[in-house]
Parts: sequence; structure tokens; C-alpha cells
Amino acid sequence: MGAGETLQVKEGVDQETIDAVREVSTYKYGWDTDIEMEYAPKGVNEDIVKLISEKNSEPEWMTSWRLGALERWKKMTEPKWAMVEYPEIDFQDQYYYARPKSMVEKPKSLEEVDPKLLATYEKLGIPLKEQMILAGVEDNADTPSNDRKVAVDAVFDSVSVGTTFQSELKKAGVIFCSISEAIKEYPDLVQKYLGSVVPVSDNFYATLNSAVFSDGSFVYIPPGVRCPMELSTYFRINAENTGQFERTLIIADKGSYVSYLEGCTAPKRDTAQLHAAVVEIVVEEDAEVKYSTVQNWFPGDEHGNGGIYNFVTKRADCRGDRSKVMWTQVETGSAVTWKYPSCILRGNESQGEFYSIAIANNHQQADTGTKMLHLGKNTKSRIVSKGISAGVAQNTYRGQVNMHPRAKNSRNYTQCDSLLIGDKCGAHTVPYIEVKNNSSRVEHEATTSKVDDDQLFYCRQRGMDEEEAVALVVNGFCKDVLQALPMEFAMEAQQLVAISLEGSVG
Amino acid sequence: MSFPEQNSAENLEIKESALVTAGWSAEARKDAFERTMKSGLPTARDEYWKYTNPKSLTSKIVEKAPLSKDKEGGMFTGANPIKIVFVDGKFAPEKSDDLDVSGLSVERLSIINKLNLHWAKDLYGRYEKLSQVSVPRPLAAYNTAYADEGVVINVSERIERPINIIYEHADEYSDVILRHIIKIDDNAELTLLENGPAAARLNQVMEVKLSDGAKFNHIRVLGRDHERRTATHIFGELGKEAKFKSFTLTVNGVLTRNECFLNINGDDAAAHISGACIGDGDFHHDDTVFITHDAVGSESRQVFKKVLRNGATGVFQGKILVKPNAQKTDGYQISQSLLLDEDSQFLAKPELEIYADDVACSHGSTSGAIDEEALFYLTSRGISKQIAIDMLTMAFLAEAVEEIENIKLKQVILDLLTNWLDRHSS
Repeated sequence: MGAGETLQVKEGVDQETIDAVREVSTYKYGWDTDIEMEYAPKGVNEDIVKLISEKNSEPEWMTSWRLGALERWKKMTEPKWAMVEYPEIDFQDQYYYARPKSMVEKPKSLEEVDPKLLATYEKLGIPLKEQMILAGVEDNADTPSNDRKVAVDAVFDSVSVGTTFQSELKKAGVIFCSISEAIKEYPDLVQKYLGSVVPVSDNFYATLNSAVFSDGSFVYIPPGVRCPMELSTYFRINAENTGQFERTLIIADKGSYVSYLEGCTAPKRDTAQLHAAVVEIVVEEDAEVKYSTVQNWFPGDEHGNGGIYNFVTKRADCRGDRSKVMWTQVETGSAVTWKYPSCILRGNESQGEFYSIAIANNHQQADTGTKMLHLGKNTKSRIVSKGISAGVAQNTYRGQVNMHPRAKNSRNYTQCDSLLIGDKCGAHTVPYIEVKNNSSRVEHEATTSKVDDDQLFYCRQRGMDEEEAVALVVNGFCKDVLQALPMEFAMEAQQLVAISLEGSVG
Repeated sequence: MSFPEQNSAENLEIKESALVTAGWSAEARKDAFERTMKSGLPTARDEYWKYTNPKSLTSKIVEKAPLSKDKEGGMFTGANPIKIVFVDGKFAPEKSDDLDVSGLSVERLSIINKLNLHWAKDLYGRYEKLSQVSVPRPLAAYNTAYADEGVVINVSERIERPINIIYEHADEYSDVILRHIIKIDDNAELTLLENGPAAARLNQVMEVKLSDGAKFNHIRVLGRDHERRTATHIFGELGKEAKFKSFTLTVNGVLTRNECFLNINGDDAAAHISGACIGDGDFHHDDTVFITHDAVGSESRQVFKKVLRNGATGVFQGKILVKPNAQKTDGYQISQSLLLDEDSQFLAKPELEIYADDVACSHGSTSGAIDEEALFYLTSRGISKQIAIDMLTMAFLAEAVEEIENIKLKQVILDLLTNWLDRHSS
């Protein structure tokens, strides 16, 4: 199906569907914001690292931590084991720091933030005004104002532009701010936890991130607190040739709960851009963290030009007994994705869950999955991965389940299904299953198939065109994962699934 | 892959001067020698040897393997096979049968090696070389370069009597390289049985070509000697509507690595690879399978079952690769382990790599202990706990044994398993 104008309304198809389909013809977030930027010189070296540290007015220990990481990074080589191919990245031909000029003097409140920046987020559908409520119910006066509130930390290129609902969160004792602020305001917490889940030496990209991360979000939920609203970070890459390196640190203290959402977009550029983030989550006794991502970086055009190279290290450490973490991800963007959100199940009876939808269309390549490291007794993990390939894309699930000899009576269930749309794409499954005790049970199942002709025929018969039918079948295929998402995200994700497959049929 | 260890003092020597330089195989050997040099011998750091340390397979010194008291030679006698016996890799004519059977040509590599021309030239090292594309298999290349004994079989019609290669082990330090080549012509059929411990250390490669409509049934029982170390490779190509079936039973053996690499090049061909193993104590067993579908409507099945106890380790690495033209492929893979105690472990890497859309491929892998409920059910009916465990163990392994088509041969394997359990139940 081509442009939206040619759409013919059929009986039973409501206006909403038509609008959605019309809207999705292209990458919706491909525009850029014309704003004066301040850049550090290209390349990465000690001076740049010091400069980033200085721009964030960081204390001494932070600077030396970064420099230590840089030293290590210089000795490391890029990992090549993933099933992705891309031209050699020149790490010295990137900007490692870019911030809007208006952010030089950090605004004290959201009112002071450059309206252009606020407009950018508004256009992205991310309300940075506190009275607004997400999910299109903001006009509804009947909705109680404390319902479904989401606090947002907005990161624009290298800096955080503002965080909403800070005072309300503070009342509950929750700390939610940018990591640059946390380094200054809560150095004890940061020093204690930063790098404790993803060590500086973890891998090539994580080490680079440790050296040059410029901003990101910091969350601390005190003992026994159930975070009163969902927390969210919205990442936007705007500047050209700029790498985004954000660092997120979430600490859920004993018996606390938080649900955290992450969204990301970038403008259309002809050249590829680098994104290497690190997310660390510490989950103490009886605490629970839900981390949901809708990753929609610019995937490159249909000929494979441009797009984001997404090399991300995400890990949760379930330190306490009965702690729980749940990763949910919808990966539709990026030219290249290299991402394995992992769970270290250290506490007894701790639980890790991983739900993933990875969609690769056109020339996209995704190599994604998870690691479940069972160390504690009676630990449980569940992996549900749905990979969809279309166009000439390659989609790989790579995962590891490891049952340590100590992890008695543990349980893992893994299901990874792949769907192929078209005969030029590829779907691959590379699981590692390591069972080192006999009281644990591990089950792994994987299937690969194409969109079922009978299902398509059924939908077509009822008046859907082929693309709508495929979108419906694919949404059904992804149902298990979509259901695990918070409501706001589930709606967005469902639409994204349709968008990402645009042009893949016929 | 790291390289430079191939000529370190502890490792097997890879010498150009040791190559056979005359005869039809010289070219292939030189080529394989260069491949081995290029990739180096495998090390524990290689991803492909992630779960199995190849050190004792590549070391210069062969560790002692005391001889087992069991005589396993005649286990297939009931099938009235044509026997070919090797003792520590040396052909034993006095123990072997007359090989003059119509429709069948059986020669020995050590004899035909000296000829300038032989049909085996087309096959020798061919599939081994092909297999190196995905990942280096230096032990197989080493075999191509230096093998000087083995059977070279050409089958031109359906052969009723199975061929049984029996490997005897007489020297506690024997280090043996064997190479078999099997060519099965259009619509011909062969059943090949292999059994016995062979040597203290064995490096064996078998290359099999199945022409259109050909059928190959392969059953092997790797010998019982506890301290033996074995690395085997089966390389094969399947023509149109060809059928390849291979089953391996492994009981004991301190280290076993069985690799199987098949190319399905003919439409509607089928490959079934299966294996059962029971390991007790100091036992490491690795099944590594790579099946490539490169034709329309082909089918592959991998069924592997492992029972492990007292610290035994089971490894499964399986891969199904479906090429873009291989539409209508049906690929199935299951690997399961039953861990009878806390010390044993199972390590698996079941992979799918798929480039065609109209396919149905699936794999499953499970690991766990004896089902407590099943055990309770049996014991509550007056069956002793040990017998109940044995019954459940047999039921678990039977799924792999069921892959054997021939009922008589299937029974031989089931009897072996029952005996093993009887002996090892305490």
C-alpha cells in the first residue's frame, strides 16, 4: 500500500484505523529541531572526557572513574560475535557531547526551559507540563488528576532538559532526576551503586559509555515505597554525527516498587549514528522493578542508509530475596540493534522476566535477547521473545540461561518464536542453556514460521487489505508481550508494530 | 580463532613432511594440511569448543586408557552382518568376513592410497572442506591430511546384510586416525553398524555421499572403555529423495565429541540424526550437529537424549541452517537431559538460522530431574524406587532409540541399555 490518500474506506473499518494507517506511512519522528547547539570537539580522548565531566560540574571521583574507563576502553576491541554487519565505526569521527545552547545555564524549573525544546517533546507526544496526563485523556475533566500520571525525564542529545513531577515524587521520598544532578546531589548513592551491576570493564560499549556518558536518569525508591506514578525517560537524538551515551541507574530499596518506561526517537539522517547506553538496576529484598522500553530510533531508510547503531547494555541485579524484575521491550527502530537486557538472580526466590518483540524491516539488523543467571535458590525466570523479520532484514535471538550449582529448585521457561514475512529476510535463534544442578528445570522452545496463509485469507475475506491483515496477524503473534506492557505503551507499541511493517507486503 | 598453538610442544605435530605425497589423495591431503595450519588446532577458548575442552584430543601425549573386560565385538551378530574388524586402527583380516558381496565394493584406504586414480578422489576431503566454511573443524582437516586406514565402500544396489565395523582396543596408549568413505549410488541402500572402543584416542571421519533415492542406515555404539577419548565426524551430502538415518549410543568414555555435518542438496530428502547417552561419573559427552537445507521440501530431525549422574556432563550443540531457496523445509530438533543427581550438568546451544520464509522449523531443549509425580505413581503401585527410576530412565531414552527403524537392531540397543542400568543401579 502506498500513500494514505489512496485508502478506501471499507465497511467495518473505523476512522481511527484509517487515521492510524495514514499516519504510519513513514517514520513519524524523522524531523529535526532547529536549535543552536554547543558541541565538544569530535573524537574521544582524555580531554573530551574531562570536558564532559567539567560541563556537568562533577566531583573529582567521578572524573577519575571516567578516565579509568577510558584507559580500559583503549585496550579493548569491538565485539564481532553478533550476527550483524555494519561498516567500521570511526569512534574518533563522532561528537561525544552536544547540548542546546539554552541549556548552558541549567534552567531551574520547567518554565524556564527553551520553548523550542518543550515544543519538540510536545510534537513527540511527550507532555512536559505537569498538568497533562498521558494517553489522550488530558481533556477529560472527569478523570481524577492523580490517575495514570507519568513523571518524565527528557534527555535531548547529551543533556537532560527537565524532569516533571519532581516535587510530588519527593513527597513520597522517591528521587527521580537526571544522573548529572544525582552525581552532585546524592554522591553517596551514586558512588555506592554506579558500576556495581555493569562494571566499568564489562564490555566494549559499556566501557566507552562509562567514560563518556553525559546524562541519563537516576531513580531511587526508598524502602517500602510504592512509587506513586510511572516514571519515564524520553531520549531524543537531534544533532548530527552525535553519539548518545546515556546512563540510567535505578535502585529499588527493600520492599519498594517502580514501573519505568523508556522511549527513544531520532531524526532522519543519511549517516549512521551511534547510541551506546547503559542501564543498571539494583533490586533489593522484596522489591520489584518493571522496565519497559519502546525503542524507535530511526531505522535508516528503505535502502539501508543512515539509522542508529544501538549498542546497549542493560542489566538488573536482583540482590535481595524475593526481588523481582521484569524487562519488556519493543524493538522496532535502529539500523543495528545489539542489546541483551539481563537478570542476575542472586537473591533466593528472586524472579526475572523478559518479554520482547523485535521487528526488523528493510535493511535493519537486530541481535537481541537476554541472559538469566540463576544464582539463588528457588529462582524463577521466564523468557518470551517474538522476532519478526521482513524486507531484507536479519533478526537474531541470542540468549543465555544459566543454572548455577547453588541455584537449587530453580525454574526457567523460554519461548522464542520467529515470524518471517517475505523470502529475503532471515530469522535466527542462538540460545545457550547451561544447567548445573538437577533440581532445576529448564525448558526451551523455539519455532520459526511464516504468516499463516489461512489466517490471512480469513482476514482478507472480511474486507481487510493485505497489509492490515498482516498487521493484525502480527499483533496476535506478539500478544503475549504486548500484554506485559503498561497501558500507555501497549497502545503505542501496537501501532508501532503496524508502522514497522509498512511496505513489507506485496 | 586463536591460532599459534598448533606447533606448541604439547600439541600434536602438524608436519608437512609427514604427508603422503604420491597417489590420488596427495592433493587433498596437502590442501587439508594447509587448512589445519591456518585454523590451528582447537582450544578451549574457541566458541565452537565452549563446552568441551579439546586439550586431551590435541595433546601430543595420549593418556592411558585401561582395557575394558567386556567384549563388545559380537553385539550385532543376530543381524548376520558382514564383519570388518580393526584392532587399534589396524585391519584384522583373520577376524573379518569375506567382503566379496554382489553390489558392494569394500576396499581399504591403506591399500588404495598408493593408486594414482580412484573414484574416492572425488569425495576424499570434499565434505570436510565444505564444512569448514561455517566454523573451522581442524580435527577433521587433520584427519584428512594424515589418515592412512579406513574403509572405502561403494554400494550400487540395495544390500540386505548390514556391514558391521568392529573396533577393538588392545593397546592402552593407542592413538588412532580412521577415515571411511561411503558412496551410495542411485536407489541403493546400506546399513552400517559400528561398535567397539577402537583406541585410547580416536579421531574418526566418515564422509558419505547419498545419490538420488539412496538410503543409509547407520547405528553405532561407542565402546565402553571408561578412559577412552573419541572425536568423530560424519560429513554427508544428500541427493534427491535420499534418506539418511544415524543413531549413536554412548555409554562411558571420559571424553566423546560426535560431530555431524550434513548438506541436504536434493529436493524431498530427509536426514534423521539421533543419539542416546548415559554417563556416570567422569564422563563428558558432546553432540554437535549442523544440518544445512539447500533444497525444496526437505526434512531433518535431530533427537538427542542424555541421562547423566555422578558429575557427568552432557553437551548438545545443534544447528539447522535453511538457505533462501530451501522452501517447504521441515526442521525439528529436540535435546533433552535427565539429571539424576545434583552434580551432573547439561549444556546446550540449539540454534536456528533461517533465510527462507515458507518453512516450519522448531527446536526444544529441556533439562531436569526425574519427575517426582511419575516416581510416586510407580512406587505407590509397589515398584521399588530403584526399579521405578530405571523404568523412567528407559522411557526417557526410548524416544531417541525409537528413531531406529529396524526392529531387531532397535532391540539390540534397548537390551544394551537395560543391561547398563542393571549393572549400574545400586
